[in-house]
Amino acid sequence: MKTFEYRGATGLDDGLEPGAMFLGGGTNLVDLMKLGVATPDVLVDVNRLGLDAITDLPDGGLRIGAGVRNSDLAADPRVRERYPVLSGALLAGASGQLRNMATTGGNLLQRTRCRYFMDATKPCNKHTPGSGCPAREGDHRNLAILGASEHCVATHPSDMAVALVALDAVVNTSGPAGERSIPVTDLHRLPGDEPDRDTVLDHGELITSVDLPVLGVAAHSFYRKVRDRASYAFAVGSVAAALSVEDGVVRDVRLAWGGVAHKPWRARLAEERLRGAPAGRESWLAAADAELAAARGLRDNTYKIGLMRNLTAWVLEHLS
Amino acid sequence: MRLIVNGAKHELDLDPRTTVLDALREHLGLTGAKKGCDHGQCGACTVLLAGRRVNSCLLLAIAHQDTEITTVEGLAGHPVQQGFLDHDGFQCGYCTPGQICSAAGMLDEVAQGRPSAVTEPHDHDLLSDTEIRERMSGNLCRCGAYPNMVPAIRQAAAQAQETPR
Repeated sequence: MKTFEYRGATGLDDGLEPGAMFLGGGTNLVDLMKLGVATPDVLVDVNRLGLDAITDLPDGGLRIGAGVRNSDLAADPRVRERYPVLSGALLAGASGQLRNMATTGGNLLQRTRCRYFMDATKPCNKHTPGSGCPAREGDHRNLAILGASEHCVATHPSDMAVALVALDAVVNTSGPAGERSIPVTDLHRLPGDEPDRDTVLDHGELITSVDLPVLGVAAHSFYRKVRDRASYAFAVGSVAAALSVEDGVVRDVRLAWGGVAHKPWRARLAEERLRGAPAGRESWLAAADAELAAARGLRDNTYKIGLMRNLTAWVLEHLS
Repeated sequence: MRLIVNGAKHELDLDPRTTVLDALREHLGLTGAKKGCDHGQCGACTVLLAGRRVNSCLLLAIAHQDTEITTVEGLAGHPVQQGFLDHDGFQCGYCTPGQICSAAGMLDEVAQGRPSAVTEPHDHDLLSDTEIRERMSGNLCRCGAYPNMVPAIRQAAAQAQETPR
C-alpha cells in the first residue's frame, strides 16, 4: 500500500486537496488501496461529521445520513415498512460484518468488481485511462449487457443503489462549490469514453445524505438477486420493483435492474409498457423485452438477457 | 496512536497503513484474529468494534483509536465458545476465532430483532437453521465444518437467553 496522510474532516464543505479521498466505512477503499488500485495521498475521514441519522422529512419522506451504516438502514422500522425493497437490497448485499461498516454514501460510490479493474497490473480504462479493456475478449461473464462502450463493460456492484434508483431517491451533496441535489438515477454515469468517471460528482464533493420521497407504491416492493452462491456474492442480475395493481390493471410501477450496466439501471421503457397494462405474465415479459431490446451480450454474458427477462417476470408476478 | 482492546488501553507507534488486524497480531501479540484473505472476503479476521462484528483487515487502526475492540481473546467463556466445543464446530480451527466473534455479534443483532435476507415479514424465528446460515455467510470455512456450527450457535443462543450477559 502506498503511504498516505490521515486527517479528520472538519466540516461538510471541507473539500479535498488534489490526490485526497474521503474515507467512510473503508470496506471498498481500503481493499483497493491494498491492491494498489486506489493510491490516495491523503485520506480525509468523514466518520465524525455526524452524518449518521435517519430523520423524517416534513412531507413524510426519509432523510438518510450518508454515514448511516448499511445494517442500520436495513433494520430501520420505517424503511422496512415503507420501502421494503431498500431493506431487502441492503440485506442481499455483502455480509453482516461488511454491512456494519459500509455507509450509505460509500455504498453508492463503491467501484466495480471487474477483475481487470481490481488488478493494478492489468490494462483497464477505468484505473488507467487509455490502457485498453481486456474484459471484452477476456473474463466478462458477469459484466454489462446494457449501456456499455468499447472502452468499458464494467457493472456497478451495489444492490442498495438499485433500490434507490427504483425509489426516485435523491442524493444531497456539499463541497467548496456549494450544495446540490442529484437524483440517484443521474448520479452514476455510463462509461462512454471516460470510464474512469463513475459518477457526476466533482472532486471534493461529499454526499451528505440521501432523501427517499413519499412514494405510496414503495410499500409494496421487493428485491430479488441472482448470484453464483446462496449468499455473500455480487449479483449476476437483480431486480428492484414496486407495483400496484387495481382491478387487474397496473396502476403504478417502479422497476430497476442491477448487475447489468455501468450504473444501476432504471427500466423506464418497461415501466411505460406496464402502466395501464393488464397484470399478468404476458405483460411482464413484454415489458422486459422492451427494455432488453437495447441489450448487447458479449461471448460469455448473453445468458443475462434471458435471466433478466425471467427474473423481471418473476418479481412482478410475486408482487401482483 | 491509541487502541482500546479487550478493555485495555494501548499506546502504539504505528504506520498509518497498519490495519487493526495487523496491529492486533503484529504489535499487541493478540493472534486470535486470523489473516485469511486480507480483503474482507473470508471473515477470519472478524472482531467486535463497539460490540458490532466487523472485518478487522479492512479497518485502518488510525481511524479507530477511540472505539472499544473485542477480539476472540476477550470472549473467553462466551456461550458461543462452549457451543463450538460441545458440538465440535471446527476441524482445522483457522476460521474459528472469526466464526466465534461473528456469531457473538450476530446473536446480539438477533436479540435486537434485526432482519436478515431470509427473514419473512412478521417472522419471529430469527434463529432457524436457514437464518443462522444466512447470517453467518460472511465467515467461510474451508474444512466445511458448517453442519456442526449451526447447532453450536443454536445452543449458544438458548444459553444466552437463560443467562443474559
